Amino acid sequence: MARDITLGQYIPGHSLIHRMDPRVKIALTFVFIVFIFVASNFEGLLIMVALMFAILLMSGVPLKQYFKSLKAILFIVIFTGVLNLFYGSGHVIWQWKVMQITDGGICNALFVSIRIVSLILYSSVLTFTTSPTDLTDALERIMKPLKALHVKVHEIAMMMTIALRFVPTLLEETDKIMNAQKARGADLESGGVTQRIHAMIPILIPLFVSSFRRAYDLAMAMECRCYHGGEGRTKMKQLHMTNLDGAAIACTAIFCAAVIFCAAKFPAALHELR
Amino acid sequence: MFVLETKNLTYTYGAGTPFEKTAVDNVNIGVKKGEFLGIIGHTGSGKSTFIQTLNGLLRPTKGIVLLNGKDIWEEPKKIRSVRFQVGMVFQYPEHQLFEETVLKDICFGPGNMGLDKQAAEKRARLAAQFAGLPEELLDKSPFELSGGQKRRAAIAGVIAMDPDVLILDEPTAGLDPQGRDRLLEQISGYQKKRGNTILLVSHSMEDIARFADRVLVMNAGKAVMLDTTANVFARGRELESMGLRVPQVTGILLTLQEKGYPVHPVLTVDEAVEELRLLLKKGDAHRGA
Repeated sequence: MARDITLGQYIPGHSLIHRMDPRVKIALTFVFIVFIFVASNFEGLLIMVALMFAILLMSGVPLKQYFKSLKAILFIVIFTGVLNLFYGSGHVIWQWKVMQITDGGICNALFVSIRIVSLILYSSVLTFTTSPTDLTDALERIMKPLKALHVKVHEIAMMMTIALRFVPTLLEETDKIMNAQKARGADLESGGVTQRIHAMIPILIPLFVSSFRRAYDLAMAMECRCYHGGEGRTKMKQLHMTNLDGAAIACTAIFCAAVIFCAAKFPAALHELR
Repeated sequence: MFVLETKNLTYTYGAGTPFEKTAVDNVNIGVKKGEFLGIIGHTGSGKSTFIQTLNGLLRPTKGIVLLNGKDIWEEPKKIRSVRFQVGMVFQYPEHQLFEETVLKDICFGPGNMGLDKQAAEKRARLAAQFAGLPEELLDKSPFELSGGQKRRAAIAGVIAMDPDVLILDEPTAGLDPQGRDRLLEQISGYQKKRGNTILLVSHSMEDIARFADRVLVMNAGKAVMLDTTANVFARGRELESMGLRVPQVTGILLTLQEKGYPVHPVLTVDEAVEELRLLLKKGDAHRGA
């Protein structure tokens, strides 16, 4: 039950993508997402999709996993797709009262759906191939300039790490408490919405209490080891950029140039709203 | 007549995935009505999974669990009624407390059974007594109690359902020695008064030796021994090979026995004193002759 939720999506491996510097991965993912929107026609989008498939295959993560991550947003894709169907100009193909589907609408729907799907897949590559600790490490490093604006970068990164670290622990705890209350006859499976919400109280309160207990324990343990924030703190795992990262950046640059070229050369695919 | 019986009971985690792991493997046992059954086994031997199949928290992958001769999964909709008859106290049960007052928390189980407020409270007070929880604590918040008191309150919450079978998973973990003894004596006293059946999972062989009538030994998901406490602990070397041990005094007597001294591997210190006194007497007689 509680175990079905996957939050830590990291799938360990040794592929080229896995071995990249997490900072570069985050930066490139950001670039990819921007360029999905820069690509204004099917030609440009095709380049981005082709690049995406190449990266998916290179990551060594089973394609099944990627499809699973799409399942969660299937509804959004269908919803925006259907919505776009009705907003487009061009030849009318089907009409019912004020609703009409045009060839432009179909085009729009397809285009937008592909955009959303690639968006998700690009970010999935990042979360599948980068461990949560690497991710927060990299974010901390990337956000470092914000320190000048008195943003507590290290503390935020530490909080993220701790939060991620405790997700599986709390899931396990939830399972245990659920079992304990079920053993006392708690009925979690039947009844209406209000009844079900009511039935959650015996689970949520102990979970809250134990979270606080864990937080106190952890704070104590951190203080015992003289933790005092990020000032002067060194990293056990230093992040290093390698030739691999250079190659990845170069490749991305070439593909992005191609997308810009397409955007300039071919007409935009999205049809204007009526 | 067995109150609880398992037939070919098997439970596999993650069946059909690469992480498949059989935690309980073809277990066939019978628990006699009114007995105190100890369950021992190395960490990861499948004890916890096994007991969770007994009250229907886990549905067996294969095999059946019979409660008073009836398959508990015959009508899956009525599995809750099984949980009222087979009470389960988990490890660190104090983590499940949630109500405003101790009394209300103990009433949670009886309330779920459909009892009205008065009947539930009556049962709760009785259960608190059995669990050794002083009356004046009942109106306090469960979060104000000490660790040992919380434990008792949580156990009372299960006893209040008046189950025919009470399963306790290491109820004394984390308690001080006196607290352990008192809690176990209370549970044993409760059993003697109500005449119901108790299953106790414990890593303390001393506790098992003191209270259990029979002992079930689990190893790698299998039930490897089920016999009277004395008979199980007489097989000390076998237990050691499974990462378990016998009570300390029994270990000493087993060693003496191996060295050729005529002693019985008894289970408690008092009995051991008697055994050794007899041995010394014999020795004196020997020397005298």
